[in-house]
Amino acid sequence: MKGLVRANAAIVGVAESDLGAVAEGMSPIDLMAQGVYRALDDAGLNISDVDGIFAATSQVRLSALALSEYLNISPAYLNSTIVGGSSFMLHVAHAQAAIQQGLCEVAVIAYGSTQRTVGRKNASLREPNPYETPFKPFLPATAYALAASRHMFEFGTTREQLGAVAVAARDWALLNPKAWEKKPLTIDQVLSARMISHPLTVRDCCLVTDGGGAIVMTSRERAKTLKKPVVAVLGCGAAVTHNSISSMPDLVTTGAVQSGRDAYAMARLGPADIDAVEVYDAFTINTILFLEDLGFCPKGEGGRFVEGGRIAPGGSLPVNTNGGGLSYCHPGMYGIFLLIEAVRQVRGECGARQVKGCEVALAHGNGGVLSSQSTVILGAESTV
Amino acid sequence: MSKPDSSPLQRYLEHLKQGELAYQYSPAAGRPVFFPRVACPYTGNEDLEWRVSSGRGVVYATTTVHPASGDPYNVSLIDCREGFRMMSRVEGIPSSDVRIGMDVALRIIPQSGDEPPIPVFVPVEGRS
Repeated sequence: MKGLVRANAAIVGVAESDLGAVAEGMSPIDLMAQGVYRALDDAGLNISDVDGIFAATSQVRLSALALSEYLNISPAYLNSTIVGGSSFMLHVAHAQAAIQQGLCEVAVIAYGSTQRTVGRKNASLREPNPYETPFKPFLPATAYALAASRHMFEFGTTREQLGAVAVAARDWALLNPKAWEKKPLTIDQVLSARMISHPLTVRDCCLVTDGGGAIVMTSRERAKTLKKPVVAVLGCGAAVTHNSISSMPDLVTTGAVQSGRDAYAMARLGPADIDAVEVYDAFTINTILFLEDLGFCPKGEGGRFVEGGRIAPGGSLPVNTNGGGLSYCHPGMYGIFLLIEAVRQVRGECGARQVKGCEVALAHGNGGVLSSQSTVILGAESTV
Repeated sequence: MSKPDSSPLQRYLEHLKQGELAYQYSPAAGRPVFFPRVACPYTGNEDLEWRVSSGRGVVYATTTVHPASGDPYNVSLIDCREGFRMMSRVEGIPSSDVRIGMDVALRIIPQSGDEPPIPVFVPVEGRS
């Protein structure tokens, strides 16, 4: 991203809040605060060190204010950029900018959602679109189903290939004690599950859980003095192509082409250098689109690429190693969990699901209906 | 920016009430604009012309929505002949028979109560 300096900033703390189905009465800000205190503990920092607050959730209109009040701090820098699930990748880029420019020194990025508890319809503002709503699209699933229909038409992608994405995510989830799903899944089970918006069944769609988390960022110089190994921000990129699906220029090519290109350029790396790939799998088609658009396979080959367990544990490209939004957790704006997992993979903290020798991880966020794409590349100190 | 007499949405709906699917055309950009706006997104010019679509188009993408209760129904993106894309649905055949690339024609249908009519599409006879 223009203006950002490679490896100038680092992520020094990460944590999830409670996940899954949280205790009755917990608020999104309760979950944000849980994440912040846990992430600060992970970093070896205190709340008194924090002078930058970044927050986003669909449930609280002024979430950065609500979180500052809750934490009893008056931050030097506030940011509530909200572009859906990719918000947190942009927060990382904006936090690096703020740290680089001296607007703040230690930033926390936080997310919280209780969408499972309150119901998906109550977790976000209803926003009728007079050019779409009359046709009753079941959003967001219908938008992704339309993209999948087009991908199948243009490239011969099959429902079985979509199913292979869900099965790979489930196989990774079985290695993650924090994952919501605990039972194995087969391609046949994906195909025969309840249809939501053809060709997507409920098993092609992300989970509906509660959850939250937080990330702590500071300069790489300061990161070297802290508790955990340095995880440097090597590259950032972002692109917006549309807001509503009927305005998406090309349903089989996303803004990840540009966000990936910009992140790779800043990192001075390419797809072949990425050890662990964490992409926003709100729906199975997403993984296929993003693997193509981020350069892991040619455009149109994504369906064939994910066959035969290539992205599953033991496959040649580890993708969504926490189990993804499909099988680990998905509280609505999932991007922060991709960053948390990418950091843990680079640190080597992932136990049974750890990618051996992981030095560089990519976290790719998606927001809206394939609308906002944002990529962050993270690396160990050895890669700087 | 001059104050328009009515909003882009109101103009669009008035056309629908007269049985027409309207879109905007930007002379400066030489291309159609949809959804309707107060100014051209390519040039910023306010001199957008309102035009009436021929109502012919091709299915660009399609899905069948399976609601928790009630019958499945179609949602499609239609590429209209004039070069703009819109969300709609294809009626007159089972949703599962709707195919990408299918030629379709406009039908403007009334809605219940005070809801404005909506533009839907049906397959063009003798073609598929």
